[in-house]
Formats: sequence, structure tokens, C-alpha cells
Amino acid sequence: MNPAHSQIFKSSNWNNMDNEFLQTILLTLKLAVSTTVILVLIGLPFAYWLAYTKVRIKPLIEALVSIPMVLPPSVIGYYMLVIYSPRNWFGDWLGRIFDVRLAFSFEGVLIASVIFSLPFMVQPLHNGLRALPDSLREASYTLGKSKMITFFRVLLPNIKPSVITAVALTFAHSIGEFGIVLMVGGNMPGETRVASIAIYDEVQALNFEAANQYALILFLISLVLLTTIYSVNKKYDTWRMM
Amino acid sequence: MANDVIYIDVEKRMLTANGPMNLDIQTTIPAGELIALFGESGAGKTTLLRILAGLVIPDKGLIRFGNTVWFDSAKQINIVPQQRNISLMFQDYALFPNMTVEQNIQFAQPEKNQLALNDLLEMFGLSEFRKRKPNGLSGGQKQRVALARALARKPQLLLLDEPLSALDAEMRATLQDEIAQAHQLLGVTTIMVSHDLNEVFRLASQVLCIENGTITRTGKPEDVFLDNSISGKVQITGQIARIEKQDTIYIVTVISGNNQIIKVIAFENDLENLKIGDRVMVFSKAFNPIISKLR
Repeated sequence: MNPAHSQIFKSSNWNNMDNEFLQTILLTLKLAVSTTVILVLIGLPFAYWLAYTKVRIKPLIEALVSIPMVLPPSVIGYYMLVIYSPRNWFGDWLGRIFDVRLAFSFEGVLIASVIFSLPFMVQPLHNGLRALPDSLREASYTLGKSKMITFFRVLLPNIKPSVITAVALTFAHSIGEFGIVLMVGGNMPGETRVASIAIYDEVQALNFEAANQYALILFLISLVLLTTIYSVNKKYDTWRMM
Repeated sequence: MANDVIYIDVEKRMLTANGPMNLDIQTTIPAGELIALFGESGAGKTTLLRILAGLVIPDKGLIRFGNTVWFDSAKQINIVPQQRNISLMFQDYALFPNMTVEQNIQFAQPEKNQLALNDLLEMFGLSEFRKRKPNGLSGGQKQRVALARALARKPQLLLLDEPLSALDAEMRATLQDEIAQAHQLLGVTTIMVSHDLNEVFRLASQVLCIENGTITRTGKPEDVFLDNSISGKVQITGQIARIEKQDTIYIVTVISGNNQIIKVIAFENDLENLKIGDRVMVFSKAFNPIISKLR
């Protein structure tokens, strides 16, 4: 191999590395943003319902929402794989009707990530709503305002710190998710290979420099997010109900 | 407005700090008046108010406002609070912390009306605080905002839950005047929960006494609270604060509604059914009481 040749080889190798790195980071962000957006849409109405419902099985529902926080991700991942499998009626039905296969696909990882991050969205919102005095809601009702108007104009603006906490925690958590992605998605570049998987993969391949890059990026994103939460909540510390 | 009599006949089983209690109320309330619900805490006053507002659903019974049925357990009718056209002023005021004074009042208006808003701000002396959030207001100012907001709704029934309980004596007197004024000006039927005799005498044209979930007495305040068999010329109502024994007699300290301390001598048999905390009347057969203006 002449020196010029090796030079070309090396730079194209680096280009490949850069592209792959970029692709993985973008995929990681895409997964985290999608998870967060979906969870805001699901989590707000769900937390509202949970905060004020009087159904008897509420403790069971709360337990189910929180279970991803205590179970190893591999347990949830395993069940997701079972459900996605074409041998199962649901996976079979998805395959036949929509020609969709969820196992080892981005969509499959996204659904698992939404379920896995659910408590990080629902719990802060639920706690925020429960901490508001009931009289705020009741006052709005007696002033003739619907539940919808009450939610968006009275309740939501008064739990801003909880909303910010919920969004940031969900985002940070989905960015760093490892176990469930590995179980459900595997390690397919451009489809399911997110940063946390890439770190593991690079370390396995003794490629410490690349692992270091990924790790640093994840560390910085999480640091910035958490610092934002704490500084915003500090601002609201002086904020009193009445 | 003669048909705007409120007819109430409801039952509700409640859990209180002293165990379960049955709220069992039958009464009618005339339109345009200011009625006081008077009684010990835990007697069911606030629950009755919340039942009228539609926030608590009775176990059974009937509530009619004029010709409109608000609640009828037999026909399974229950009109939601939003459609009863009432205002409830909460004990904790329930001002919306995210909105300014002005926005709180505007929120209650059925349709935006800048003129009516300015009138209300003016009437309650709130014009200079209009851009402030509730956190930056004193207790008395919050109370005014809550009252202004309740009126902005233009309710056909105004419900006040111990509106002045959190305020000191002087502020109370001022705001009692404002409530009286607002009631006279707007003529809206008003029901006020209170356990302050002074307030009841000053504001209410009728009082309903609630004890353990039922109405025990009703009528004009002076008929309900003053025993006419006493021919005393000077009567002061208050609460027993202390009973001390001195030799063979007792000294009873009574604190009147406006925090005046009165010491009365009593004998053992006088004290048979009196204890600390009892509401009592101190009267004297004065022959020539003299009146003079306070400075």
C-alpha cells in the first residue's frame, strides 16, 4: 500500500466514522423527541384523569404506571418482544393487516420507550395537579367554566414547574435508555442503534475513542437538561400558592 | 322575583372529624335577602353551601331555584355547577395565582366587559392593584378580589363561605360594610356561612342556625339570638374565656365580639351549665345607660 493510498483510506474511514456517529446521535435525538412528544399528548390527559378519578382500582393503575421504574428494562423488553412476535395474535394481526413488524424496528423501540418513560411524564404532572388546592378547580366551575377551559387556563399554568420537570425528565430518560432498546431493537445502524447502545458496542470492540465521544455527548445533554430543571424550579421556589 | 324562592330538602351522609353525621335540611330561602348560616364548625354549614353550588351531590332530596330544578334524586336530575349561575366565594379565596387581579375578575365575566371590570375595580378599591398577581396582595385585598370576582359572574345566587374569617377585627368591619353595600346595590340573593355573631347581626336579614346537620332555629337575628324574657337594658354577647374560683365565688371572664373583656361574678349554681367556650349573654338592668361616640 503506498502512502497516498493509505491516506485516502484513512480519511474515508474517518468520514464513515463521522457519518455513523452523526446518524446515531440523530437517531437518539429522534427517539427522545418522539417519545417526549407522544408522552406529552398521552401524559397530560392521563395525569389529569388519574389525579381526580375515584375509581377503586386507582392504586393498581398507579402501580402499573410506575412499574417501569422498578422492573429491569429486560423484563419489559421481553414482554414487548413477546407481544410484537408474529406468533402472538397482536403481532400476527399487525403483520397481516398493516404489514408492520415491530420487533427490531424504530417504531417498536419507540412504543417500548413510550411505555418505559411513562412514569417520568405522568408522576410529576400527577403530583403537580394533586398539590393544587381543590378550590381552584371548583372556583372555575362555579364561575361557569368547562373542565377543558379550567384545565388549560387554570390548572396547567399553575403547575408549570411540574410540566417542565416532566418534559425534561422524560427527554433525558429516553436519551439514556439502554436495556429496553437493546432487547426490542437490537443494534441496527440507522434503525435502532442509539448512542447508549453504540457506547456498549464500541467498548466491546475496544474502540474506546468512539465510546468516549458518545458518552461525552450523552453526559453533556443530561447535565444541561437537569441544570435547566433545577434552575427553573429554583425560580419557582419563591412562588407560593397564596 | 317572588318565584325565585330557593326550596331545599336534602339529605347527605357526611364523615366529619367527630364521626359520621347526617345532614338533613328542609328550608326555603326568599329571594333578594342576605341569609346567614350560623353554627359550630362541623355542623354542616359549608357542606350545605357546597350542595347549593353543585360541588357536593346530596344522597337524596330536591333543590329548586325558582322554577328551575337544580337537583332531584327521584328524577336523577343534577345540574352541574357551571349551569347554576351562582358564585361561591371560598374560604381560601381560590384566586388563580397565574392571573393578575384584573384577569381573575375578567375570567369570571360571562362576556368581556371593560366597563364593568373598571366599575368593580373602582368599587372595591382595587384599581391600583389591577396588574398585580394574588401573591402580592394582603389578606383584605385578596378578599376584595374574591368578592369582586364572585360579583363579576353576575350570579343569581351568591354564596359566601366564611368570607371574613381570616381577617383582623378592623378589616372585618370595613369589609362587612362592603358586602352589605354590594348586596344592596345588586340585590342578589346571598347566603353567607358565619360563626361570628357580630357579623350575623350586622349583615343578615335572616339567620338559619345549623346544629349537627339540622336547622334548629330560623328567623331574624334578634329573634333567634336574644331572649326576650330578659328585660335588661344592656346586653353584650360573648364567649367564656376563663372561670376562676375565688373563695366562695367564681369570676367568669367573657370576651365579647369586639374583643372587650368583661369580668362577671357568679355563684356555684350559676355555673352549673356553663363551661369555657360557651357563648353567653351578659346583661345588666341598667337604669340609665349613657351613649357616647368613640374616638
